[in-house]
Parts: sequence; structure tokens; C-alpha cells
Amino acid sequence: MRIRVDFDLCQGHGVCRNEAPEVFDVDRECEQVVVKQEHPPESLREKVRAAVRFCPTLALSIEEE
Amino acid sequence: MSAPSPAVPLPPPGHAAGRTPPVVRGALPGLGHLLELRRAPLELMQRVRDECGDVGEMRWAGQRVVLLSGEKAQEAFFRAPEEQLDQAAAYPFTKPIFGQGVVFDTGVEQRKQAIKNRSLRDEYMRGHAEVIASETELMVQGFGQGGTLDLLDFFSELTIYTSSSCLLGHEFREELTPEFALAYKDLERGTDAFAYVNPHLPLPSFRKRDRARARLVELVSEIIERRRREGRETTDLLSVLTRIRNPDGRLRYDADQITGMFIAMMFAGHHTTSGTAAWTLIELLRHPEFMRRVVDELDSLYADGREVSYQALREIPELENAIKEALRLHPPLIILMRKVMRDFEVGGFRIEAGKLVAVSPAVSNRMPENFPDPTRYDPDRYGAGREEDRQSFAWIPFGAGRHRCVGAAFAMMQLKAIFSVLLRGFRFEMAEPPESYRNDHSRMVVQLRQPCRVRYRRRAAAGAAGP
Repeated sequence: MRIRVDFDLCQGHGVCRNEAPEVFDVDRECEQVVVKQEHPPESLREKVRAAVRFCPTLALSIEEE
Repeated sequence: MSAPSPAVPLPPPGHAAGRTPPVVRGALPGLGHLLELRRAPLELMQRVRDECGDVGEMRWAGQRVVLLSGEKAQEAFFRAPEEQLDQAAAYPFTKPIFGQGVVFDTGVEQRKQAIKNRSLRDEYMRGHAEVIASETELMVQGFGQGGTLDLLDFFSELTIYTSSSCLLGHEFREELTPEFALAYKDLERGTDAFAYVNPHLPLPSFRKRDRARARLVELVSEIIERRRREGRETTDLLSVLTRIRNPDGRLRYDADQITGMFIAMMFAGHHTTSGTAAWTLIELLRHPEFMRRVVDELDSLYADGREVSYQALREIPELENAIKEALRLHPPLIILMRKVMRDFEVGGFRIEAGKLVAVSPAVSNRMPENFPDPTRYDPDRYGAGREEDRQSFAWIPFGAGRHRCVGAAFAMMQLKAIFSVLLRGFRFEMAEPPESYRNDHSRMVVQLRQPCRVRYRRRAAAGAAGP
């Protein structure tokens, strides 16, 4: 899978970081999401799915490869 | 970028960047559609879409306002950069409320700060949930076994306490009285659309607004004075602001400016949450089968004995769907606006700099292409497989894009906490004819029209899933 971010929508709430800290962080400077692993392993799928689902601005999506 | 090919004929002059939007019928000389806007804004905006399509113009006295509707045009609105569509310049009715130098919605930079510093972060939610639950408990303490309450008065007062405590600090909240809530209400009532002609017209509601603001400044000054006199150690935002000094040693902010900041910080989260709480309850009372599902859900959820501060952060699907459906049918903000700073093209139309562009959550949330059977109350539209709220540029009670409500998650949590207390403690029934509950749309800040009472009765064993 591949993570997609819509940076027009991200407001840096950091919910994704709480759900999947292995994959997401929030940049202190620009206060937007930083994707640490663009292609996270299958073992993190559940966590990534939660991050996508609970993102308050719907800025994240998963693209299947 | 590239020179036009000679094979392609050039468009006629004046049409180079799209047509001028059509104007909706019924404009009066001088006033345009302003009287209709004050009388029936939802009907006016729906008429724009029906008559003109995705791009249509209204006239509010001298101000031209282009309403964009349909998912595509709305997406263009929400994605436009700040330099093209500016938010700060679009809400003149808030200037006399907030005061000099405080805008309704600050720039993108300050919003990020709000998330970072001002307690809207994910980590603070649990503490907020605890505060909201105890404020709600406090409000219902004097309820007795049964009685009647007015939904507007009740939720307005409750949300003054919750938002001041969560956003401005509990020490400040402790010094508030019901008078603060009453004055705040007059501010919100002072948002007549005539503000688009001039926010200082000699209207009674504008005069009341100015008196209410002056009174709020007095109340805040008294709090500052009392703190100084008693020499108490306080650490909340108020004490921080009253200590900041300019390089020349003089205090940076006076009571008027601080009050303005507080009013502005509470504004976005007050009437919006208060109205949504009321409509969630009204719609559940109109649809008892959904009320039963929500109450059963809460009873079984809380059977594990954990606190509201824990539960309100968990998923409470039936209740969340009921809140979402109340938000869809009765969005607290019926129009979102931006000022066009650079000519803006959308759907083959050109909108000139100087006009306002608008999107209406009330129109959008009922578009049949996005919400099948749009007038029907159906919380199940957010259930698995349907998830109609995931259409980010169509389901827009919180707006979308950069300016999407930063308090959306806080608001949902707050409503979940409030109903966790109310619905486990009490049973409600309508005290007015079901169809008579309506919003008053004569002001830009939409509120319930009174009377809007409900009756309540204390439940025998609160929260117990009895036989």
C-alpha cells in the first residue's frame, strides 16, 4: 500500500501520529503531516487504516499497489 | 504559457476568461436581495442553485455575492489559496462584536498555532471531556424530578461555561455568572444582515449588541481588578495576557482588547455547539426509534462503569450518527464566505476581484446527487457501506479545506459528553408541536426560535440497563 496526503486539507491535528507513530509525524515548522514511510509494511495496515479513518480533515488515503 | 495556435479562434473580447455569472431574479433597486436574505436565506440560496446552477449571483445591497454550489464548484472554493480568496475580509458583521484588530477567522498561520497551543490538540481532549461532563452535571443539579427547559437558554448557558473553561481556563470560568451568558447572547443576536449595508446602522439589535459588548468589557475588567486586589496567583490565559508588556514597559493589552480576543475565541464554538445540541435532541425526539437506539447504546456502553471523560473519546456510533444527521439538516453556519482578491474562474465563469464568493452548507448538505432522499432524517446514512459524510466537499457542516473548523473534533467530543450525561440521567419529550421547532434565520448567527421547550423527567436508575 501507499500513503497519499492531500496537503490542501491537512491541518496538523496529529491524530494520525497517535494512531500510527511508526508511519506519521507532524512537522513542527509547517505543522503538517510528515509521512515517514510512504510504503508501510502490511503489518501496520490496521494502524494506518485507523489513521486514515480518524483523520479529522480526511486528508489521508491508502492507495493499493 | 504557450502562444495561441492560429488554428484556434480567439474568444471574443471580454469573454477571454469565462462568462459573467447570471444574477438570480428578484433584485430590488438599491437593496438587491437583502430583504429576502433577512427573511428567508435558505430559500434564496436554494433559488440561486435552481435558477442559475452551480454559479449564480446575489446582490446584498451594494455587495455582489456569487454562490457556488455542487461538489466541483465547492471544491474549487475550499482549495483556493488565501491570496485569491480571503476569509478575513468577508465577515463585516463580526467587527463590532470582536472589536478592533480581531478577525473572525485568523489566517492559516494563527490557526496552526491554535491547534498547537490553544488546547485543541488531541492530547487535551480527555481533560476537556471531564470538564464538559462536570459542567453538564452542574447544570442539571437543580433539575429536580421533572420539569420544563428552554433548549436555547439551556444549551447557550451550558456552552458558555464549557467553552470558556476549556479554551480560556477553569479559573476564568469560575468567575463567570449567568450575566455573562446573557450579554453574550445579545452579541450573537446583533448579527443582522443589514451589517452588509453598514454594521453601525441605528437598529435596536445593533444598539443592544454594542451595550452587551461594553458590559462584557466591564465584567472582564472587574475580574482583572479583583485578581489584582486579592493578589491571587493565577496561570490562565487572562493572567498571561494582563502581564504582557511592550518594550517601553507599558501593558500590551487593555481590558477591551482582551475581551475582544475572548469573545472571538468563544464565538466559533458557542452558538454552533449550542444549536447542534438542541437539534440533535429535537430530531431524536421526533424519531423515537433512533432515540431508543441511542439510549440503549449509551446504557450498554456505560455498563462497564467507566467515566464520561473516557467514554466520550471512544466511538459512540449511534449517537455520532445522530449528531451528524442533525448537523447535515441544520448546519449552524448556513453560509461560508470569502472575498475575491484576484479574479477567480470556476465552472466556465469568471468572478471578478472585489466580489464575495459563498458556499452554503445548508444547500450543499441537501443536494440529492450526494444525499439520496435529502430531506429525510436518516442517521444510518453514516453507517458502514454508506458513509455519506466522507464526501469531503459535499457534507460540509464544518466547511472543508484549510479553513475547515479546527474545533470539529472538540465539538463532536463535547456533544458526546453532554448527551452521555443528559440521556442517561433523564427522559425528554417535546413540549411544543413537533414541527414548530425552527431556526430563526433573521440573523447571520442562526439560533433556535423561542419558544423551544422540552419536558424532562429523571430516570429511575440512571444508566442502569434495567429489565
